[in-house]
Amino acid sequence: MLRITMRNLLARKLRLVLSGFAIVLGVAFVAGSFIFTDAMSGAFSGIIKGTTADVEVAPKGANDFDSLQDRRTVPAEVVDKLAGLTEAQSVHPYNQQQGVYVIDPDGDLVGGSGPPGLAFNYSDTVAITGEPILSLTEGELPSGTSEIALEESTAERAGYGIGDEVELVTAGRDPTMTATLTGLMRFGSAGGLGGATLVIFDPDAMQELFFTGQDVYSGISLTAAEGVSQEELRDAAQPLLPPGVQARTGDDAAAANEAGVQEILGFINTFLLVFAGVSLVVGTFLIINTFSILVAQRSRELALLRALGASKRQVNRSVLAEALAVGLLGSTIGIAVGYLLALGLKALFAFFGLDLSGASFPITLRTVLVSYAVGLVVTMIAAYLPARRAARIAPVAAMRDDVALPESSLRRRLIVGAVMVVGGVGLMALGFAGEGEGGLALIGAGMLAILIGVALMSPVLGRPLIYGLGAIYRRVFGTVGSLATQNSIRNPRRTAATASALMIGLTLVALMSILGQSASASTDKAIRESLTSEYVVSNVVGAPFSPKIAGQIRELPEVETVAQFRTAQAEVDGSFAFVGAVDPNGFAEAFDLPIPGAVTALFRPGTVLVEESTADRGKYEVGDTIPMEFQGGTVKLKLTATFPPGALPANYLVTPDTLIKGGLEPLDSILFITKQPGAADADLRAAVEKITSEIPTVTLKNPQEFAAEQKEQINLFLYLIYALLGLAVIIAVLGIVNTLALSVIERTREVGLLRAVGLSRRQLRRMVRLESVAVAVLGAVLGVLMGIAFGVALQRAIADQGIDVLSIPWLRLAVFVVLAALVGVLAAVLPARRAARLNVLRAITTE
Amino acid sequence: MLGATVADSTAPPHDHSVAARAVDLRKVYGEGGAAVAALDGVSVDFAAGEFTAVMGPSGSGKSTLMHCLAALDTATSGQVFLGDTDITRLDDKRLTTLRRDKIGFVFQAYNLVPTLTAQENIELPLAIAGRKPDRAWFDTVVDTVDLRSRLSHRPNELSGGQQQRVACARALVSSPDIVFADEPTGNLDSAASAEVLSFLRRSVDEHHQTIVMVTHDPIAAAYTDRVVFLDDGRVVDEIREPTADRVLEQMKMLSSGAVAGTPAEG
Ligand SMILES: Nc1ncnc2c1ncn2[C@@H]1O[C@H](COP(=O)(O)OP(=O)(O)O)[C@@H](O)[C@H]1O
Ligand SMILES: [Mg+2]
Repeated sequence: MLRITMRNLLARKLRLVLSGFAIVLGVAFVAGSFIFTDAMSGAFSGIIKGTTADVEVAPKGANDFDSLQDRRTVPAEVVDKLAGLTEAQSVHPYNQQQGVYVIDPDGDLVGGSGPPGLAFNYSDTVAITGEPILSLTEGELPSGTSEIALEESTAERAGYGIGDEVELVTAGRDPTMTATLTGLMRFGSAGGLGGATLVIFDPDAMQELFFTGQDVYSGISLTAAEGVSQEELRDAAQPLLPPGVQARTGDDAAAANEAGVQEILGFINTFLLVFAGVSLVVGTFLIINTFSILVAQRSRELALLRALGASKRQVNRSVLAEALAVGLLGSTIGIAVGYLLALGLKALFAFFGLDLSGASFPITLRTVLVSYAVGLVVTMIAAYLPARRAARIAPVAAMRDDVALPESSLRRRLIVGAVMVVGGVGLMALGFAGEGEGGLALIGAGMLAILIGVALMSPVLGRPLIYGLGAIYRRVFGTVGSLATQNSIRNPRRTAATASALMIGLTLVALMSILGQSASASTDKAIRESLTSEYVVSNVVGAPFSPKIAGQIRELPEVETVAQFRTAQAEVDGSFAFVGAVDPNGFAEAFDLPIPGAVTALFRPGTVLVEESTADRGKYEVGDTIPMEFQGGTVKLKLTATFPPGALPANYLVTPDTLIKGGLEPLDSILFITKQPGAADADLRAAVEKITSEIPTVTLKNPQEFAAEQKEQINLFLYLIYALLGLAVIIAVLGIVNTLALSVIERTREVGLLRAVGLSRRQLRRMVRLESVAVAVLGAVLGVLMGIAFGVALQRAIADQGIDVLSIPWLRLAVFVVLAALVGVLAAVLPARRAARLNVLRAITTE
Repeated sequence: MLGATVADSTAPPHDHSVAARAVDLRKVYGEGGAAVAALDGVSVDFAAGEFTAVMGPSGSGKSTLMHCLAALDTATSGQVFLGDTDITRLDDKRLTTLRRDKIGFVFQAYNLVPTLTAQENIELPLAIAGRKPDRAWFDTVVDTVDLRSRLSHRPNELSGGQQQRVACARALVSSPDIVFADEPTGNLDSAASAEVLSFLRRSVDEHHQTIVMVTHDPIAAAYTDRVVFLDDGRVVDEIREPTADRVLEQMKMLSSGAVAGTPAEG
């Protein structure tokens, strides 16, 4: 039996390839996601270990991988005390500063948008890896405030060489500065910093430029003396430290930082795996379809086996064994393709500023196991139904010419489909009522159930559409048109399953574009309604900039008020809080927050305003005290009012002193500017732009331009999602190609007959093409309709989280349907050519 | 050409037990007004070690009878015995085992698996059963059908007669209790037919195989020990030790409407 299975596989290599393709792509996505996140975590782990010394001393919570710039420091006396420790071989005080960006000779920010720009002072600290954190590879160390060294990859990306004048944007004393490049340094042993840029200063210059000239340090790295363990050194150092300053072993510090990075990477992995899941679901449809057709084509042979005494189990198992082989092969190739896909993701994410050029892309045992498990399970599930059907073929069918497979009734499918849709709606409703990740998972499961339910019902649901299309075909293309229609109607299940694969892809594409458009519209509305300042100064990527800018702008005669909006992250009751901070003075002019009572009365130091849905979720009420945990400590705040969602780019609004209490360096993210009455717009623009022009990413805009900038970010994210969903759509298109190709093989005799009675090759190709377009359009229309339904439901559900405007991009949706029709034409190219090439005589005499 | 038949007329000395038996067998296709009784109360025995032909006009129910006897299809009513087993009472699992181990079948359209070689096709029933072929018996069968030089060929590299001989070998290789053949020579020319028929004859004479064969051809019928005539789903006549002429005569008689109610023997 096994031999027959293998023979079958080999005899039909084309089919094998086609049905294996779905697995390959689905598994590739899974493997690629894992390989990519492994590469990222390896790279970051290398960076973390490469910067951590035996013992690290710093204010608690400061200088971690995910910390914001901290304003707390360690005084210089501490360095002297630590230097007296016999357990320490050497003591390396250091200063570090975020928000120091290199401007390349073209005036652009190196690294584009996204990755951090860092500055360190030079030190000869050795990391726990045994390698120096920084080593000079070329030139000399910088000295004084007008000299710098650059990390190698930073210099290379910027295109600077030793001796060049380098322009910097800083969040420190001078918003911009120019310095001479004296040397290049290698960071750790692995090349690069994952896309971040690194500027190296002389230690005194660092204090001068970023720490107002005080003799203080961001932290101190300790190297243990011969024979002293990290723990012993830590225990010796800790008693010498002032309150709030902590000594950690290098291993602990690295582990804590890696855990922080893993959290972010885990999110990226989940994000990618969601798309892998979508591809696999779509792939499942393709496999079910392929195996159904293969079983149908082999039904006579299977009946013969039954007549010769093969049991139902044996027939069932032979189909499953075939699936197993396809699954194994597909998964194996899938892992290889996944590796390539990971490299593709590397390029895609490089576009978003994540540079992994130095990282290795490991294929771990876990990746291999998960990939095989996913590939095999999906194939087996997909082959189960066709296999069961194969086993039901009656032995006597071996004697007949036209073997019809036993089909389950459409009624049963309709009922099962309807039950799934109802169940799915229920799950979604539960999900909307629930919270957080559990809620999201329920919504996802509900959507999946509805999609499968609709896919099951689609042979019936799609009928009117196919008939409608058929009427057009007949009118426009005559006989060929009606033949094409007949072909798509004759096997409604197959047509529907093929279309369903495309439907799922397009449902998600349509859903995402509706959500994206709604988010854009909601942004417009929020800015229109609550932003009352005439101008906004902001950084495209939201990276903070020096408060000096606000100071300079405030001096301008054309300007009446400047509100400095700052952002920070904190934890409230264990969940992540997106905190905004603004000075109450000038705030009322910049914003029209619809809260009960005067803003100035409610919003004072020590108070917090909370966004409504956040307050609901945390069950916070006006008058409650909310403990907000910043990296530098916990600040207790009194809730005085709630504000509507979407009004501000934050869930919590506090006064600037709260951030300082939380240990954060005061850096601005957005400036809201109101004009002096009577000042000319053009004058104000010119004056402000003179100040901001030095910093490439910080620009002045009016509220409409500000909204456009925000929407640009939404669109960028949308394109990323389109790119990832594209794979699912590709699988669906392959499904159409596959189904058509197999149908053409199946109809060899009939095609020969049509040709024998005078159908031209061209007409034949057109017939196949029209059938393909019918399937594609069916899938696209169903998908877009489902997308609209989901989009409306989801928008309604998250209306209280800021996306309160429903906006459906009708034109874009129409374009999707038209594109699908084009895809249908493309998908038909190969099968049509194959059909047209058939030898007429051979075709009619084929067994 | 008829020598075999004549030689056999001394009757096989071994056993005269019944290999297959149909009792008041009915098979109705369709329902209500459109119902067709393909078998309308057929009772017939097939003795072990005998070569029997089933003849009758097209649509008389010959194939249906074969399918019901060979456990490929289920009867509407009546009973089918293979040996002592009433197969109408068996479930699918037992029927499968029965087909596998006790029954051989030769189809009109060869029905070989195109992806397997001749040898693999012959061994297919054993492969399905998970049994090793008995080498000696396999060689005997292959030599009897004279296919030794063709064993590694695929069906599309064989002539019709060769393909049918492969099919016959496949039916015999598992040493079934009984072989059913539905117009095995229907697609073959006279020379190829003769090859297949003499092979079937030999396996009855030399190996005491029981064979039931449907045919239209009086010459083919002459290779058998006994001819059973069907018409309209009923057994209408039978001849022992047939010759081509006698069969032809009988066929003419039946088609002219002079249907005898009882067997014309004696
Ligand atoms: N699957 C079927 N469905 C309906 N009627 C059938 C089927 N198979 C056979 N019949 C009918 O049963 C009768 C006997 O058929 P069959 O046994 O094939 O005849 P024969 O083999 O003698 O030519 C014919 O009238 C035929 O039309
Ligand atoms: Mg027949």
